[in-house]
Amino acid sequence: MSTATLEPRVHAQRNYLNADYGWKSWLFTLDHKRIALLYMVSVTFFFIVGGSFAVLMRIHLIEPQGALVQPETYNKLFTLHGVVMIFFFLIPSIPAVLGNFLVPLMVGARDLAFPRLNLLSWYIYIVGGLFTLYSAIAGGVDTGWTFYTPYSSTYSNTQVTAVAIGVFITGFSSILTGLNFIVTIHKMRAPGLTWFRMPLFLWAMYATSIIMVLGTPVLAITIFLLALEHLFHVGIFSPALGGDPLLFQHLFWFYSHPAVYIMILPAMGVVSEIIACFSRKRIFGYKIVCFSSVAIAVLGFLVWGHHMFVTGQSVYAGLIFSMLSFLVAIPSAIKVFNWTSTLYKGSISYEAPMLYALGFIGLFTMGGLTGLFLASLATDVHLNGTYFIVAHFHYIMVGGAVMGYLGGIHFWWPKISGRKYPNGWAALAAGIIFIGFNLTFFPQFILGYLGMPRRYAFYPAEFQVLNVMSSAGATVLGVGYLIPLVYLMWSMRYGPIAEANPWGATGLEWKTASPPPTENFAEIPVVTEEAYAYSAEEAAGD
Amino acid sequence: MTDAEAHAEQAGMAHQFENLEQQQEADTLGIWLFLVTEIMFFGGLFASYAIYRWLYFAAFEGGSHILDIRLGAANTIVLLGSSLTMALSVRSAQTGNRRALILFLIATMILGGIFLGVKAYEYNEKFVEHVVPSLDWAPEGQTLARLAPGGLDHAQLYFFFYFAMTGLHAMHMIIGMGLLLWLVLRARKSSFTPHYFAPVEVVGLYWHFVDIVWIFLFPLLYLIGGRY
Amino acid sequence: MSQPIVPQKTYLLVFLCLIGLTVLTTGVAFIDLGPFNTVAALAIAFAKMLLVVLFFMGVRHSSGLVRIILVAGFFWLALLIAFTMSDYRTRSWTPAPDSWSTTAPPTHP
Repeated sequence: MSTATLEPRVHAQRNYLNADYGWKSWLFTLDHKRIALLYMVSVTFFFIVGGSFAVLMRIHLIEPQGALVQPETYNKLFTLHGVVMIFFFLIPSIPAVLGNFLVPLMVGARDLAFPRLNLLSWYIYIVGGLFTLYSAIAGGVDTGWTFYTPYSSTYSNTQVTAVAIGVFITGFSSILTGLNFIVTIHKMRAPGLTWFRMPLFLWAMYATSIIMVLGTPVLAITIFLLALEHLFHVGIFSPALGGDPLLFQHLFWFYSHPAVYIMILPAMGVVSEIIACFSRKRIFGYKIVCFSSVAIAVLGFLVWGHHMFVTGQSVYAGLIFSMLSFLVAIPSAIKVFNWTSTLYKGSISYEAPMLYALGFIGLFTMGGLTGLFLASLATDVHLNGTYFIVAHFHYIMVGGAVMGYLGGIHFWWPKISGRKYPNGWAALAAGIIFIGFNLTFFPQFILGYLGMPRRYAFYPAEFQVLNVMSSAGATVLGVGYLIPLVYLMWSMRYGPIAEANPWGATGLEWKTASPPPTENFAEIPVVTEEAYAYSAEEAAGD
Repeated sequence: MTDAEAHAEQAGMAHQFENLEQQQEADTLGIWLFLVTEIMFFGGLFASYAIYRWLYFAAFEGGSHILDIRLGAANTIVLLGSSLTMALSVRSAQTGNRRALILFLIATMILGGIFLGVKAYEYNEKFVEHVVPSLDWAPEGQTLARLAPGGLDHAQLYFFFYFAMTGLHAMHMIIGMGLLLWLVLRARKSSFTPHYFAPVEVVGLYWHFVDIVWIFLFPLLYLIGGRY
Repeated sequence: MSQPIVPQKTYLLVFLCLIGLTVLTTGVAFIDLGPFNTVAALAIAFAKMLLVVLFFMGVRHSSGLVRIILVAGFFWLALLIAFTMSDYRTRSWTPAPDSWSTTAPPTHP
C-alpha cells in the first residue's frame, strides 16, 4: 500500500481509531477522542431529525393557507425543531465533539480530568435524546421550545412531560462536560502553557463551560417545576391559582439566553483558530479576544429580560435589560474587528475551513447587528413575535454556529480521521450552504419587518413570494449540508492519508500524529512559544 | 520518590494525571464546581420562593405557623451534628484512623437517618392535616383558620414550596446516605490512606452542602413572620 | 488536598456555635421585630453557613480558586434573585394608563 505523505508519520500504524475494535471498545471507551466521535455521530443524527422538521415546515409554508399539515401539527413541528436543534445539536455540537477531542490535545494532556464523567455525559445525552424522540413519536409537543406557561403546564395535552424529562436529563450532560473542561484547563495544562499562551479555542471552551455550569442547573429546576405543575396542577405558574407565568419566563430565560452564548462562543473559538492559520498570522489583539470571551459569558447572564419586553414585565426592568443587551454586543463586535484586523495584511488562502470562517464573520455580523434592533425596547415591540426574530437567531445559530461547527470539522478532520477530503467538493458545499442559507433567511428579515408573525401555520397572501423564496433556499441549504456528509464519509476510506500537520498550523494538537495515538502524546510536550507563532515578524507586528 | 510513595501513587492515581497531587486538586475543583451547580439548582427554587413570599406574605406566614417549629429546630441540630461527624470522619481519614473513620461515617448515616425519619413524620402530619397541595388539599378547623386570612390558593403555593424544597433536599440526603454507605464499604476494605482519601473528602463536601441548604430552609420555611 | 489537620476541639467548638445560633434564630422568631425578623433569620443562617463553609468544608485553608468559585456561585444566585425581583418590585411603578381600554379582538385572516 503506497501512501503519499509530506513527512513521515510518527507511530505510523497505532492510533486511537485502530487501538481496539468492537462495539464494546467504543461504547465503554474512556478515550476522549472516541467519546468525541460518539457525540459526532449522535449530533449528526439529531441534526438530521431537527432538519427534517424544518424541511416539513418550509414545505408547508409554500402556501399561505399551509400546504402540508394541520395547524396543530405545524405547532408540533416548530416545537420539536427548536427542542432538537437547540438541546441536541447546537449546545453539544462544538463543545462535545470538537471540545472533547481537542481540549486535552490543546492543553497537552492525555485525557480530560474526568474521563468516566465524560462517557457518562454522552450516555446522559443519549437517554435525554431518547425521551425527546419518544415524545415526538408519541404525539409530539406543541408548546414551542420555550414551553411558556400556563399553556405548557395546564392546557396543552401533548407530550410535555416526556420532552421535559428529556431536556432535564440532557442538561446534566452539558453540566458535566463544562465541569470537565474547567478542571482540565485549570489543572492539566502542559508545562509552559500559561493562560495567555493558550489557543483561543481553549479560552472559548472555558468561557462556554462557565455558562454551562452556572446556567444549566437553573434550566433543570425550571423544567422540574414545569413538570410538577403539569402533573399536580398546583399553580406555581398558573394565574388561576395565584401563580405568575412570567416567573417561568424569568427562570427559563435566565438559562436560555446564556445558552445562546453556549452555542456561539465555541464557534467563535473555532473561527479564531481558522483565521489565524489561514492568514498565517497571530490573532490581532489576542488578549482582548480572551477577555471578550469571558465578558460575553458574564454579561450574557444579565440580559435575559430582553426576551420579555412585551410580556408585561416591568418597564424599568426592561430598560435595564435593554441597556445591558447593548453592552453584551460590544465584546462580540470587538472579536469581529479583531478577526478582520488579523486578515489585514495576512497571507490568506481559501481552503474550505477558511471559507466557513469568512462566512461566519459576515453572517454573524448580520445576525448580531439585527440583535441590536431587538435589544432596543421600542423596535422590539414591533419586531417581537415576527419572522425578524426568526431570521435574527438563524443568522447567528445557522450562519454563525453551524458554519463554525462545519468549519471546525473541516479544519480538524485530518487530525480526527487521519484523512484528507477533496477541497473542491468542500468549497462547493460551503458555497452552496452560504447561498442557500441567505436565500432561506434573508427574506425572513423582510417578512418580519412587514409583520408576518412567527409560529403561524398560515399567513397573508401578500407574503407568499418571500416565503417561497425562503423555502427554495431551504432546499438549497439542505443539499449543501448533505454534500459534506458524503465526502467526509468517503474520505474515511478513500481519502489521502493526512500528515501530522497538513495545514501548517500552530497548536499542540498538530504536534502529534494524525490520528493521534490513544495516549495523545508520546511525551507530554513543553510549551515555549506564544500562541499562533506563525512567523516571528508577524507575531511581533501586533 | 520512595517505594511507599510510589505505591500510594499508583494505588489511587488515574492515568491522565501526572501525580497524585494534581489528581487531588482536580477532584477538589471538580466537586466545588458541582456544588456551584447545586447552588444554582436549588437557587432557582429559592428565587421562586422569594418572589411568592414577597407577593403573598400573609399566606406564607399562615402556612409557616402550621409547621412544628420544635421539630424543625431539633432536626436542624441533628443535621448539624451529622456535619460534625462528617468533618470528623474526613479528619479520621486524614490521620489514617480507619476505625474512627468507619464509626464517624456510620454516625453520620444514623443522624441523617434520624433527620429523614423526622421529615417523614412531618410529611405524614401534612396528610393528616390535609394540607398537601393537589393530592390532599382540604384544610379544616384550626388549620383552615390559620390559612384562610392569606388566601387558601396562595397558602397552597406555600405548601407546594414546602414540599418541593424539603423534598428536593431529602432526595439529596438520600443520595448522600448512599454515598456514605459506599464510603463505609470502601473504608472497610482499607481503600483509604492518609495519602489517598479524596472520595471521603468529596462526599464530605457534598454532605456539608446539603446541610447548608437546610440551614437556609429552616428559617425560610419554619420561621416566617415569627410566632409571637 | 494537602490541608492541615484541624483539631477535633475546633470542630466541636464550631458545632456548639452552630447549635447556639440555631437556638438563637428559633428564639428570635418568638419576638416581634417586624420586618427585621426576616433580616435576623437570614443573617443568622448566613453566619451558620460561613461556619460550615470555613471550618467543616475547609475553605479556611483552601486555595483562592476554590474561594472564587464559591463566591461566584453565590453571586450568580444573587443575580438571579435580584434581577427577577426587580421586575416584580417595579411593575407597579408604571400602571397602565386609564385611557387604555380593551376593545374587541381584531379579526383573524
